Parts: sequence; structure tokens; C-alpha cells
Amino acid sequence: MSEPQRVDPGNRAVRRILGDAVVRHALSRIGLYVFAGVMLVFFALPLLWLVLTPFSRTPAYQITAPSFTLHNFRVLLDNPFALRSIGNSLILAGGTAVLAVVFAGTAAYALSRVRLPGRDALLYAILLLSSIVTGTAAMVPIFLMLFQLNMIDNRLALVLVLTGGLLPSAMFILKDFMDSVPKSYEESARVFGASPLQILRHVVAPVVRPGLATIAVWAIVQVWGNFLLPYILLHDQNKQPAAVIMYTFYDEGGTPNFALISTFSLLYSVPVVVAYLIVNRRYGFRFQGGIKG
Amino acid sequence: MRSGPIAARSAAVVAVLVTVGLTATGCVSAKHHSGGGDPQRNANAKHATLTISTNAIVGGKNAQEATWISETLIPAFEKAEKAKGRDVTVKYQQNGIDDAKYGEKLELSLKAGGGPDIYIIGGDSISRYAKAGYVEPLEKVVGSKVDSWSGWQQVDKSVQQNVSMDGKYYGVPNGVDGRVLFYNKKLFARAGLPANWQPTSWADILAAGRKLKTLSGVTPIQLDAGTPMGEATTMQGFLPLLAGAGQQIYDPKTGKYQGDTKAIRDVLSFYRSLYVTGKLGDPKLQQDPNGRDESFSEFSKGKLGIIGESDYLWRSIVCPDKSICNATAMADRNSTVGYALIPAEKPGAGVDGQDFVSMSGGGGYTINPNTKYPQQAWDLLTFMRSPTQIKAQLGDTVQITANKQVNSEILKKDPALSFIAEKVLPITRFRPSEEHYSSVGALLEEASGQAAAGKPIDQIAKEYQQGVVKLVGADHVASD
Amino acid sequence: MAGLGTGRAVLFVVPALALIAAFLVFPALWTLYLGVLKYDLAGSNAAAPQFVGLGNYTDALTDPRFANSVLLTLAFVGLSAVLGQNGLGFLLAATLRRAVGWVRMLVNGLVLLSWILPGTVVVFLWQALLDRNGGTLNALLDTPGAAWTLDHPLATIVVFNIWRGTAFSMLLYSAALDAVPTSHLETARLYGSGPLRTFRDVVLPRIRGHILTNTLLITLWTFNDFTPYMLTGGGPEHRSETLPVYVYRMSIEGGQLGFGSAISLIMLVINLVIALFYLRLLRRRGG
Repeated sequence: MSEPQRVDPGNRAVRRILGDAVVRHALSRIGLYVFAGVMLVFFALPLLWLVLTPFSRTPAYQITAPSFTLHNFRVLLDNPFALRSIGNSLILAGGTAVLAVVFAGTAAYALSRVRLPGRDALLYAILLLSSIVTGTAAMVPIFLMLFQLNMIDNRLALVLVLTGGLLPSAMFILKDFMDSVPKSYEESARVFGASPLQILRHVVAPVVRPGLATIAVWAIVQVWGNFLLPYILLHDQNKQPAAVIMYTFYDEGGTPNFALISTFSLLYSVPVVVAYLIVNRRYGFRFQGGIKG
Repeated sequence: MRSGPIAARSAAVVAVLVTVGLTATGCVSAKHHSGGGDPQRNANAKHATLTISTNAIVGGKNAQEATWISETLIPAFEKAEKAKGRDVTVKYQQNGIDDAKYGEKLELSLKAGGGPDIYIIGGDSISRYAKAGYVEPLEKVVGSKVDSWSGWQQVDKSVQQNVSMDGKYYGVPNGVDGRVLFYNKKLFARAGLPANWQPTSWADILAAGRKLKTLSGVTPIQLDAGTPMGEATTMQGFLPLLAGAGQQIYDPKTGKYQGDTKAIRDVLSFYRSLYVTGKLGDPKLQQDPNGRDESFSEFSKGKLGIIGESDYLWRSIVCPDKSICNATAMADRNSTVGYALIPAEKPGAGVDGQDFVSMSGGGGYTINPNTKYPQQAWDLLTFMRSPTQIKAQLGDTVQITANKQVNSEILKKDPALSFIAEKVLPITRFRPSEEHYSSVGALLEEASGQAAAGKPIDQIAKEYQQGVVKLVGADHVASD
Repeated sequence: MAGLGTGRAVLFVVPALALIAAFLVFPALWTLYLGVLKYDLAGSNAAAPQFVGLGNYTDALTDPRFANSVLLTLAFVGLSAVLGQNGLGFLLAATLRRAVGWVRMLVNGLVLLSWILPGTVVVFLWQALLDRNGGTLNALLDTPGAAWTLDHPLATIVVFNIWRGTAFSMLLYSAALDAVPTSHLETARLYGSGPLRTFRDVVLPRIRGHILTNTLLITLWTFNDFTPYMLTGGGPEHRSETLPVYVYRMSIEGGQLGFGSAISLIMLVINLVIALFYLRLLRRRGG
């Protein structure tokens, strides 16, 4: 609100306007912080459980006043599958993120630079198809196919399946980033005799790096929470990721074991948060663009 | 976005992708079942590998079973085979996940022509699996030695039948349970009810409920209803009540399911008087996805008077041992928790004129017909069900096993389980082994939930009838 | 052609398309094929699936539960994604830039956290929040025993989805608003333009593309989201049974995979109609 201050304060009419502006400004600041406060409570409230319950002596749905203990973590360490499953998740998520970034990146670049026939239709078609290949019915063909190829219980195969499912959205989002790179950069590189792959690696990739990093984190988040595909396609419990193992934390009688569930929830959440923080710090986590009208 | 008929172009693009997809993956189709090859195949193989799969996991769901298989059974069996000069490796696939999800994975594997060599099959699933070719009579898979296995003599007739179809064994039974009415004696004393309560009619149950209702903060009765409880609704609630009204859900002689019959309407009316008109139960609990766990929690805290459950409640929910029963353990279980037979609607009105009724579940270990090593698998199966291994599986805990000799040794330790073995199992019924049972069961869950929520009985029964007719055809539905 | 020949461009696209063809298009087509069969994972329909033509489709279209599901899904998508996530995401992006640094970072961080936490964890968090007996919400509001998920199932999943997904809209609109030149906003303010008019005349034309991308993506994601099932189980009395939940319950509990597949195609068609509608809207306004 720097503009009105330059007006001569001696003028009464101006002073009134100025007064109004100050009031309006104050009101809008109050409104802003009330809104921020409400949002803070709304988004933080469900997270309380995640922070408090792992350290509770009586872990349950009910949040209890802090009665600090590390006993629940002891229970978690005693579980033979818990820690390993987080490592498995890292392998699956990391592999999928790399493949998704590389394949979606090259494809989005080509689609952005070359008018392939039916390009836009292609993007929309696969985006829509990706929405029906979920759930049990879609498991039938995927399972039978991998079984025939003798690729059940094979992590590489699982990574390929996961990547295939994420590519449409990744290409869709990355193409907007690619469109925003000025073509003049590439033209000058080409004058110096760079090959298309070199141009992509050394000229385009650095410019769209925030986009690539964003897709990597997005892919990690998607794989991190995926239960059905790993559960169906892997048989060895030692290879199962955290999303599957978390569903086994029940007592002999079948009731949820909150000591395990609460501590594991916390541990299981940390890697995605760290991945996000790293990317956000180095590249700024953001989404680009929009479809040109 | 360039202008152009997107839909038409999409179709063209999809066509191109299809071609690529089919070329890339080759023509995929499920392997066909050869269906019972030579039972003696690979009987003398130098080396054999067998896989067991159960829905259990060390440190999680059904941990006791998983620990037994991986730490005791497998080393013992491999050693015993080595002593016979045979080299057998056994692998164990642990799962410990939601039962429906586990079934989905198992069925997909079996459908593809793979799957574990040995897995557990519920007695009520035998028909569905047999029709799909996933199980075959053991004598067809293994040979005639199945019938002469000495272990059968130790198995109760009704338990044998639960793993049989058309007079042939499909598996070796792993155990059995029974359903009773558990009640809280302390609450009963406060409400002026006897400590050794035994209702003889549904009216008696409601009368006890009305007395319990006078206590504040107490839910009088819990009988599972509705879809969120899943199979618990049929086993703990609907089917015992139906048996009490004189019917079983499926009659193998006539090949008919119960449709809109008097027995079905009586059961629905009982639910209604329990949850709606009498307000003797908590209808919200029947709608809650965590309702069953909540009911256990309430019972263990002394906030619930009567609950219809299997002996599983006694063994694995309210047992005094905190390391097994965790938050729902009851240190004073033996003095506080009473148990009574489930009465028929009226004395003599139960199925086959019985005064009291119950339902039992259970199943057995079976051999995948596609196994490479049928003889070795049979060896493992019988080894698993030897008295030594059955006792090893139980450890310090007590459970009704499928072996009379073991039962006579261990049940003495536990009065409630002796009661169920002696008084309940002789009058119990099993779920039908008919391929549509699980779908009909889902309709029963839906109907009972509607009754507990107050929908008119005639309308529920009519819609239920339409559902069953759609599933099995009008010729296979009884109505009156 | 900007230096990339069509041949090379194809080479760049092939790995992605091959994976999409093998693991997306192929299963999708198989799913469509299952839709004309009476097909199940066990029972006689597993050994010899019966061809029923359009039977599954006519069954679906005459099932009142299906109609209920379609309406619920549209309400769920409209309220939680199109209005909720879109509106709240824009509001957060537009207002928080004026708040002091730490407030902005704190709120931004929490919004993002609810988006990136794994689904399994999030479901437990919300069950703990809404639990009838020990739930945090009942403790705070002093309403012991209030069964939020049972008494207000649709509202529960709508609020949940807004909480879960607003981050994406917020991020996208933050990027979009960064691209609106500050000088234009200043000019508008100098001419006495109110916030609504400024939005309509200066901001909206520049972020129309973003609004479309965002609304399209969150609509499709929400439409196909299965998480509500883990919160309410589709109940009570089917009152939160959105289409993905309906498909699941028919496929697994009802044992009708063919039927479930048929509904998947119907869902695809609805998604297609929604996408075309958005694109038309954009072209008409933008033209």
C-alpha cells in the first residue's frame, strides 16, 4: 500500500480516502490471518495423531495426553518385516521415479517439439485410459501376462508396470514444462553441432529441471502409497513394500496393533517428506502451465 | 489444443497402441489345466521344492500359525525327509492381510495355473474352487493312499464332511470352532439375572436384554448384522438364527436356497425387535466399518452384556494373556465371562427339531492339482496334521483341533472349549459347500443390515428373494 | 521442427508408448473384453466364462444402486474437487503470498503434507480423528458418541478429499499467479478496480489454461479415487458408495468381475464426456 502515501496529506478528501484505505488494509490483514489460522487448524488436526500416538503408552485411536515412551518403537524393531519393507519401498519408488522421469521427459520433449499426427488426441486418450486400469478387474490381465512371461515376484517387472501407469499423467504435466522452453536455446546449440540427445541432456533438461524433479517426487509419492500392484505381483514377503506390510499389523485376534501402526506410520511418512523437502529446496516444487486455449 | 475431432483421433491412436501392445506382450491366455496328471509324477525326484501359502505373517495377523510353519514345521519336515533319503525344500509364502484381498491373490495365481502347492481352503469354498478347477479330490491328485491314511480315524465325522464333497476328501482338516452366546456375569448380577444363564427361546434373549437395559452405559446385546461385519454377520448372527428358526440356508437334497420364507422373515423380525423396536442393541455399530472391533472392545470393558461369537472371542480376544489379546485382554475372564447355547426360536423349533443350535467354520489344508510333486506334498500334508505338529502349532494355547486324541489331551485345560466341544459340536451345522453360497451370504448381510436399520421386513424379504433368484434362478429358491 | 526430425521424435516417444501399450492399453482392452463376459475368479464362471454380450451393461443401467452411485460420484467430484480443492487451492495460493514468511511456509507445509503422506497412513489419521468413542473431533467439540462417518457419510468423504488433495491446486495456482505481471495488478488497483473485477479482467484471462488443466486432472483423479471406501466402506446403506467403490463391491464381494469391468467402461465414457466438456468450455471462452 505504498501508492496512497505519496498523496499530499493536507487534502481532507484525500485524508478520508487514506483513512478508508488503512481500515480496509487492516481488515484485509485480519481476514487474511483468520483464514490462515482456520486453514492451519483444518490441515493440522488430523496430523496430531501421527505425531503423538507413536510415543503414547496406550496407543489407540484416542489421542492421549503425552506420556512419553519409546516402547512402541521397540515393538516395531522386533517386527521382522517392518524396516526391510521401507527399503523395498525405496527401491520400487526410486526405480519407478527414474524410469518415469526419463521416459516421460523424452516423450514430452518430442511431443512438444514435433507435430506428430494426433499428438494431442494421444495425450488425452492415454490419460483417460489410465483411469480405468485400476482395481481388481485390471489385475487379471496384468497378472496373467506377467505369469506367462515368468515375471511374477520380479521387482523390475513391477517397476515397469508401475511406470506404465504413471506415464500418461507425467507426460501430460511435463509437456507444459517443455513448451515453456524457448526454442532459440536449442537452435544455438544445434549450430554448434550438438546432437538431439545432447541438446536434451545439456540444454533442455537443466531448464526444465524443476519440472523433472517435481515429476520424480510425484512418482515417488504415487508408488509409496500403492498397495494392490505390489501385493498381487510379488509373492516373497521379504520383497513387499511398506504399503503392503502396514496392512499386516494386526494382533493374533485380528484387531489393529496400534503400537506397530502408529510408529510405522511415522517412519513410513518420513522418506516422502524428505524427498519433497530436498526437491523443494533445490529446484522449487511446482507445476507449470496449463493447456493453451 | 488444436482443433479437430478428438474422439475420432483418439480412436485411431488407441488402435495403433493396441497393435503395439499386442506385439509387445504376445498373445496371452491362461494355461489350461491338465487336470489330475499322474499322481506318481516326480515321486522319486532327487530334489523337490514345495510352497505353502497361508494368510498369516510372523509378527502380525495369525502370527502363531506363521511362526509355527516357518520355525517348527518346515525344519522338522525337511529333516524327516532327509532321514528318508529325500531332499525336499519347503518355502513359505506369508501374507497376513485382509481375507478378501488374500483370496483375490490366491485365486489369480490358481487361475494362471500357478499358485502354492499347499494352501488352506475353507469348507464353504470347496465347491467354488472345484468348479473352477483349483482343487480336485485328494485321491485323484495323490492316489488311493489318501483313503487309507490313519489320521482320518482321529477326525470327527462332521469335521470330515466339512472338507469333503460328494463323499470325496478335498483336504485334511485343520480345526473347527463353534458359536455360543457369551455374557458378562458381573453385569448379569447387577441386572438381577442368573450367573448360569441359559435361554431356551429368542424371547428369553430379549427378556434378558430388557433387564440389562436398566443399567446405564451398557449395551445389552450384540448380534452381528449388516455388510461391514462381512462374513461375521452370517456366521455369528444370521445363520445361527436361521437354524433356530428351523432352516438351513441351502438344502442339498432339493438344491434350493431359502428365499422369502417364514424362517428368513422370522430372523429379520428378530433383528428388528433387537435393534429397532426393543432398542436392545446399538444399530450404529452394525454400520461401522470397525464395528466388530468396537463390539469386542466394549465387551472386554464390561460395557456389553451379551454377544454372539465363536470360541475365537474366548481364545483370542478376551483371554487373560496380554501378549496375545493386547488391549482387549480380560484378566478376570474365567470368572466374569459366561457362555450359553444359542436357543432355537422356541424349544424344538430349531433345525431338525433341535432345542439349541450353532454354526461352525473351519477348513483344511489342500494340495494344488498342478503341483509338480504330489507325493511329497501329501507327505507334508500328513506330517502337518500329525499330533506332534498340531500340538506344536498350538504351543501353550488351547483350541479345538480336528484330532480327537489331541483334543482329549488339551481341552481339559479349558472349560469353555470343553463345553463347546462336548455340547455345541454335536448340534452344530456347517455352511453349505455350494458355489453361490458366498454371494447369497452377501445378500443376507445386506438384508440383516436393513432390518437393523428399521426398513420394513416384508420389503427386505421381497428384495432379498429377487436377489437370490437373480443369482441361482427361480428353480433353486424356496419361498412360502 | 526445431531441430528434431520426426524419426528421432518417434524414437524419443517409443519407450514411453511401449510401456503404456503393454501395461495400460493392453489391460484396458482386456478389461473391456471381460465386460461382455460373466466372469469370476472362482466358481464355474472362472473355468468357462459365459458370453453375455451387453448383459452386464443392461444390468448396470437398470440397477438402482448404479444410478445412486453415479449421482453420489458427481456430487463427490463436484463438491470436493471442482468446488472444494479448486476454490480452496486458489484462495490459498492467492492470499498466502501476502502473509508473512513463516505463516506462509507453515500453512503451505501442512497442506502439502496432507497430500504426500501415504494413503494407508492418512486413513488411520482420519479414523482417529472421526472415531465415535475416542476421536479427536468428538473430544474437541465435546460431542461424545457422535458418529460422523455414519451420520454424514457424503460430507465426510467430501471434506476428507478437500483435505487430501487441495495441495495440487494450490501449487498449480501459485505457479500460475507468479506468471501474472505485478504491473498489471498495480494498474488495475490504481484505476480503482475491486478484487473481483481485477480477478475477472486481469487474472482470469492469464490463468484460464491453468484452471482447465487443474480442473481436468483433479476431476479425473477424484472420480476414480478409491480412498473413500477405506473411510466409510461405501456405507451406511450405500450412502457413500461412489463408482469405484461400487465396482469393487460388485467385483469382489459380489463376485462379478465381468460386471465390474463393464462399469469401468461406463466410467471411462463419463470421464471422456467430462474432458470434452471442459475442452469445449475453454475453446469457446478463449476464442
